[in-house]
Amino acid sequence: MTRTVTEIAAGVRSGELKAVDVLEQHLAAIDAREGDVHAFNLVLADQAREAAAAVDAAVAAGNDPGPLAGVPVALKDNMCTRGVPTTCSSKILAGWKPPYDGTVVAKLAAAGAVTVGKTNLDEFAMGSSTENSAFGPTRNPLDTTRVPGGSSGGSAAAVAAGFAALSFGSDTGGSIRQPAALCGVVGVKPTYGRVSRFGLVAFASSLDQIGPFTHTVADAALALQVVSGVDTHDSTTIPEPVPDLSAALGRGVAGLRVGRITDLPAGADPDVQERLDAAFAALAAAGATIVDVTVPAFTYGLTAYYLIAPAEASSNLARYDGVRYGLRVAGPDADSMFAATRTAGFGDEVKRRILLGTYALSAGYYDAYYGKALKIRRLMADDFAKAYASCDVMLTPASPSVAFEVGAKAADPLAMYLCDTYTIPANLTGDPAMSVPFGTGAGGLPVGVQVLAPALGEPVMLQVAAELERSVA
Amino acid sequence: MTAAWTHDGYELVVGLEVHVELATRTKLFSASPNRFGDEPNTNIDPVTLGLPGALPVLNRHAVELAMRIGLALNCTVQRCTFARKNYFYPDMPKAYQVSQYDQPLNVDGYLDLPDGSRVGIERAHMEEDAGKSVHVGGSEGRVAGADETLIDLNRAGVPLVEIVSRPDISSPDQARAYVTELRSILLAIGASDAKMEEGSMRVDANVSVRKPGAPLGTRCEIKNVNSVRSVGRAIEYEARRQIDMIEAGEAVQQQTRHWSDADGRTHTLRTKEDADDYRYFLEPDLVPLDPAAEWVESVRAALPPLPAARRAALAAAAGLTADAEPVAVLVERGQDGYALAVAEAGGDLGRAIVHVQQAFAEAGEAPAVSPADLAKLTALETGGQLTATQAKTVVGVLLERGGGDAGAIAAELGFEAVESGELEALVDAAIAAEPDAWAKFQAGEGKAMGALVGYVMKASKGQADGKQVTAILNARRS
Repeated sequence: MTRTVTEIAAGVRSGELKAVDVLEQHLAAIDAREGDVHAFNLVLADQAREAAAAVDAAVAAGNDPGPLAGVPVALKDNMCTRGVPTTCSSKILAGWKPPYDGTVVAKLAAAGAVTVGKTNLDEFAMGSSTENSAFGPTRNPLDTTRVPGGSSGGSAAAVAAGFAALSFGSDTGGSIRQPAALCGVVGVKPTYGRVSRFGLVAFASSLDQIGPFTHTVADAALALQVVSGVDTHDSTTIPEPVPDLSAALGRGVAGLRVGRITDLPAGADPDVQERLDAAFAALAAAGATIVDVTVPAFTYGLTAYYLIAPAEASSNLARYDGVRYGLRVAGPDADSMFAATRTAGFGDEVKRRILLGTYALSAGYYDAYYGKALKIRRLMADDFAKAYASCDVMLTPASPSVAFEVGAKAADPLAMYLCDTYTIPANLTGDPAMSVPFGTGAGGLPVGVQVLAPALGEPVMLQVAAELERSVA
Repeated sequence: MTAAWTHDGYELVVGLEVHVELATRTKLFSASPNRFGDEPNTNIDPVTLGLPGALPVLNRHAVELAMRIGLALNCTVQRCTFARKNYFYPDMPKAYQVSQYDQPLNVDGYLDLPDGSRVGIERAHMEEDAGKSVHVGGSEGRVAGADETLIDLNRAGVPLVEIVSRPDISSPDQARAYVTELRSILLAIGASDAKMEEGSMRVDANVSVRKPGAPLGTRCEIKNVNSVRSVGRAIEYEARRQIDMIEAGEAVQQQTRHWSDADGRTHTLRTKEDADDYRYFLEPDLVPLDPAAEWVESVRAALPPLPAARRAALAAAAGLTADAEPVAVLVERGQDGYALAVAEAGGDLGRAIVHVQQAFAEAGEAPAVSPADLAKLTALETGGQLTATQAKTVVGVLLERGGGDAGAIAAELGFEAVESGELEALVDAAIAAEPDAWAKFQAGEGKAMGALVGYVMKASKGQADGKQVTAILNARRS
């Protein structure tokens, strides 16, 4: 049986459950299905057993191990873990062991969580299917002929398959919400700056945020509570105190205004659109008011994103030069070594985005490309602010389709990029957004509804998601 | 004004870019020590190494020192941002340098030079230093032909301020004066140890020439100028090189050139065509820096008196002009306060300045010889108990011993004033011994006095008071 994060933590803290038993159940699930799913780059069974035993020992000694006591957690393999390989699913970082824990990793350990492994991703978080991994694709545990989404596909699959009760991913353009939708789990991208990026290997620094995958909205609220907050190691974290994210979960939605974006870009499959309509109907039935709003800049999000994110990536990934760590391919001089190392170490999608971004920032092209994308980003923020003047949250699909077949879009980058149409705007504005499972579409595969909220609006976002969760149960 | 520089009818236009390492305890974006001379690769951490996932955190003290520089150079301190300057180099750990681009911390200032000229300051912005590459093997430590390159990242991430002047400098002398004055200011405000030989102060010169009234000529940027003297030499050489090209009918190419102290020439480093495209964009890992007005004002209020004001004060007290050499030297060394303290302790300021300038070069800002001890010495001197030469000897002993009673030391050395009767006799002897000199002196040739005074000093074994001898000679002539 699958236990929620809330159940495990409560059980372990009270002594009713042993962390080691909980862990063994999850390790058994990994043994049984990991060969088919390939959610992990690395399973840390021994380290996890030690950590779980320490949690049980703490409970036995009368100490509280923390709000995530004994919860098995899987970490996307772009989160730095001290002494444990952190690869970003790239050959260029294969074997590299960070000398430090990222802030989220440290907070999880301090809260009593037990890390079971590092999960697969699209190389450097660039992709929407977890097929762009140097270590092979991850499969959707609900149907292993299909992708789990990406780039945090390994983390989404780990929770969906019962390999971990909780996992963390990073979301730069939808990399938590889209795989959550495709795997039928809850996935949250917090407000930019709510969660520290210290120790998250950067893809696009102004867009990246870490967030949780869980089975329930309450679990997501609990996990997010643990990892949120200002961090002296990350200058972009938000100084405001974190409110109680679970407080509003049971409140219902009576009196809330839910925005329906009338000029949302087309492209959602009919089965997905049907579930979105049903979500509006469910919230209306629960007492919310559905309000029509417009967000004209929404349509330009994808274009702006594919200039801003590659531009930042071209700079962030320049450090993989073979000089200090990771792969080195020798050459007769420094420039040759850089080129040989990067040619051998990066996959095609990463190279494509480095080229795109370098071009967008180049002298003579900056104004036409990167500069214009920044203008769209400002317009997007203005349009969202205007829309939120008349509603509390907005709903859209999280993904235009249910999980697609492995290989279906692998040869067509543009088709793959369109997977993020609905998720990208929240990264550009920095606002919080999440995907919550809301029934099934074609082939009985899960559909996720995206709940969008204004900056620091996690409480109301989670409140609405909890209502959707109840209404579909 | 320093002498105008012209050559074959051309005038010189120079702007200087001066990089200074800030005297912080830690680096610009991490807690690693900012310390010169340590074992290679010991002052490092995830941020310095550019490890995946590491993030910069701005050092508040570095901002404060950068603001001090801006305020001392009469700049406006403003809201600013950081940008990434992207280029690959083995000792650049992130393959980008965090710098300030279109919104620097300090803008629109100026620096007044001792000769009264003013050089505009365009900006003084913050940035991080790169590491160091050491080329091993091969011929001469240059990258070409080296067997291997070793990288030391101790310097990577050290806070720098780049001070960019306007192209207001019109002679090599003025460029030297600018660098010298800037260095004095940096030392006075404690922003940097400004050691050109250790690289904590580095000067790049943008040099062009033109006929008066003509538009600006094509400029070349001269790098590797490692001393104040080289600043003048490199600019002089480069200006003449450009004039020779123009006179020969060639066009000056925009280039970055490398100054070689050894052969006294500049050499092509790279041309405009192979300049990097730095792809500047806003550093997303840092937030804008908007120093509160109260912070800026508190930094301004805490600025110590600057060299120009100190020179004026010392000169006024001593009855000298502000550009007098001894005044400049004492302020440069930070010993003006000491000289004034000698005067306050009852000493003669004029004599104190002379002794400090001549003998205290290594004594530092707070010499071991107390102001009272030096005051006593100058009193003996002005009272006629010691000649200038004797006083100089006593000062030497004072410095050796770290102080002491000047009167006692003089007695120890057997210094006694020569009686004025004896002096008159010695002057008679000098006139008899040096008739030619006496004749020239009488004819109004002042220089001829040297031989006569010299004779008296020699005959008295240095005990005679030169001033009194001069007075006697002048009296005899009239």
